[in-house]
Amino acid sequence: MNYSAYIALIPLLPLASFVILGLFGKKYFRNLSGVFGCLILLASTVLSLYAAYHYFFVDGKVSDSYQTLIPVKYTWLSFSDSLSIDMGIILDPISVMMLVVVSFVSLMVHIFSLGYMKGEERFGTYYSFLSLFTFSMLGLVVASNIFQIYIFWELVGVSSYLLIGFYYDRPSAVAASKKAFIVTRFADLGFLIGILILGFQSETLDFNTLIQRLTDVNSPQLIAIASTSFLGISLLTWALTLVFIGGAGKSAMFPLHIWLPDAMEGPTPVSALIHAATMVVAGVYLVARLFPVFHINEASLRVVTWVGAVSAFLAAIIAGTQTDIKRVLAYSTMSQIGYMMFALGVSGYGGENGLGYTASMFHLFTHAFFKSLLFLCAGAVIHIVHSNEMKDMGGLRKLMPITNIAFLIACLAIAGIPPFAGFFSKEEILLAAWQSNPVIYYIGLATSGLTAFYMFRLYFSIFWNNSHHSYRDGHRDITHHSEGSMSMKLPLIILALGTLLVGFIPFSNFISSDGKGFASETHLTFSIAPVLIAVLGILIAYALYMKQSDRPQKLAVSLGGLYKAAYRKFYIDEIYLFITKNVIFNLVGRPAAWIDRNIVDGTMNGIAWTTGKIAVMIKGVQSGRVQSYALYFFGGIVVLVIVFLYLWK
Amino acid sequence: MSDVPISHILFVSTALFFIGMYGLFTRRNMITMLMAIELILNSVNINFVVFNKYLYPEKLDGIFFTIFIITIAAAEAAVAIAIIINLYRSHRSIDVEKASEMKG
Repeated sequence: MNYSAYIALIPLLPLASFVILGLFGKKYFRNLSGVFGCLILLASTVLSLYAAYHYFFVDGKVSDSYQTLIPVKYTWLSFSDSLSIDMGIILDPISVMMLVVVSFVSLMVHIFSLGYMKGEERFGTYYSFLSLFTFSMLGLVVASNIFQIYIFWELVGVSSYLLIGFYYDRPSAVAASKKAFIVTRFADLGFLIGILILGFQSETLDFNTLIQRLTDVNSPQLIAIASTSFLGISLLTWALTLVFIGGAGKSAMFPLHIWLPDAMEGPTPVSALIHAATMVVAGVYLVARLFPVFHINEASLRVVTWVGAVSAFLAAIIAGTQTDIKRVLAYSTMSQIGYMMFALGVSGYGGENGLGYTASMFHLFTHAFFKSLLFLCAGAVIHIVHSNEMKDMGGLRKLMPITNIAFLIACLAIAGIPPFAGFFSKEEILLAAWQSNPVIYYIGLATSGLTAFYMFRLYFSIFWNNSHHSYRDGHRDITHHSEGSMSMKLPLIILALGTLLVGFIPFSNFISSDGKGFASETHLTFSIAPVLIAVLGILIAYALYMKQSDRPQKLAVSLGGLYKAAYRKFYIDEIYLFITKNVIFNLVGRPAAWIDRNIVDGTMNGIAWTTGKIAVMIKGVQSGRVQSYALYFFGGIVVLVIVFLYLWK
Repeated sequence: MSDVPISHILFVSTALFFIGMYGLFTRRNMITMLMAIELILNSVNINFVVFNKYLYPEKLDGIFFTIFIITIAAAEAAVAIAIIINLYRSHRSIDVEKASEMKG
């Protein structure tokens, strides 16, 4: 079956929607632009589901292992016979899975936004930005070479910038969008250098060839890159670590995570799409895409593991202290992505050894469902309460029954309670960690307990604990007395169903590090500890936040400095500020400004000054007297005559 | 006719040229300056004719040049007088010293 006929349409349809809505949305479509965007994306989603069905069940599998197909390939920039930049589409288990995830979550967000963004001044623009984002993300996941992925990587960054700063009249949104852009750009610098090293050493940019060359022990390229070292570390480690820095920036890994919580300034559906389910997993996807290469280099894989584990744990602690519900969710996202990262880090290659790889992708898949569900629920709550702060909420379960149930399902899923989706993927991750590195396993286990605690803290504070405010008595102004329109409820219901069901997909049959697929077993005895610790977390949250009490306060006081440090996000923002202000500004900024002011400007001013002076000196020549001009003219001729007659030989 | 040596005629033309040059530089009246230019042109004409006559008597090139120059001098005089009239209209004078607005 020829894929190319329709597979290219999956990313191109949102691009068309972006162009059409961006150019004509405001004038001709107005309120129809939402419906238009949704329909386009529906088409994209149907196509990706069809492609996934075709790939996984019809012809993707050849002799017992999933093949990597390149249905579309087009040489874009050709530098020499051996070096060219292509635009292509790669189909392998993870890219097909990502196509489904991205288009599906994006569709849900599009539908949800119909209700959420209703009456917004720049409704058409919003949908065109959403389409641009969807296009870039779909392009990123199907990129067949490392340069193409970089291009779409940056496009994703731009659309994220546009959407975070969507409310551009709010200074905090502008600051957040700039912060996100600058931090990720900074990380992308590492990525670019990594690409250049990899591309230069392996003499190709194409993923398949690159992986093939760098995993074959006898290939001259691998020998060259592994034997060359810089500062005592082999070039391969450098390249992979730099690529990982790029991925860590996009995926908000410690210490490049500082932009993610601030990115919550964007409209909430955008947070669901970009900062929970799709864009932030780009880094995980990148590591997974290059996993065979990462796997042969233990040092860089260790970096991936530890960065992931530290991020997961730290973010979980911070999430437990924040009061802004979207920030809690942001840190929880960071924590879950940390899980995916360290799962990749502890994974081996091939068959059952690749459990970590499978688990990571599985968690990415289930996380997309429950995290976008959480964010959309949070959006629905914010839509009614008009506040992000937990203390303004409470007792909403009567007012929003569907949101309540959906949120509960998502919380149970993220906490890892069977039989919800998160349970299965988290078990696999913890199992993979246990088999490889018990220290990582214990960190993961602790994080799992913290996750359950902070999620249920959120849940109880929003939907129970009605002593803060009593909505039934009408003490507060509630502008919408219902959960919102059907367009806001429908995605919640679909995603909640997804969260209930996707855990049962036998994921390891489809996605594995070498494409072969294996049957993963559920180890009941192994599951006991994580589930118990999750239940413990839920019970603590229940005791503290179910009813209004001063217990949380007391606990915070008794933890003292630790609580304060976590509440202030371990002062990482302050450290960055300190470094930027004192180190970068003083050591780089000021000298650069001095050079600019004195040397660059000085040269220019000097030229202007000299010209002025010379002009003043010679302006007497231009006397305005015809006869003096005639005299100069004559004198000039005399000089020329002398030159030509006597001096010019 | 041919008794007159070429040097005499060249002397006359050179004298005419420098008289014209002197007039051009010293007179302030534009009409006089125009006349001085005519003198310079005519000294050139004499040169053309005389070289043609003494060096290539069988040819007529120099004489044709002279006729061209006379024609062009006439056109030039017409243009110059038009300029002078306009200058007089705007400045009420044809003294070149007075028309020095283009001073740098």
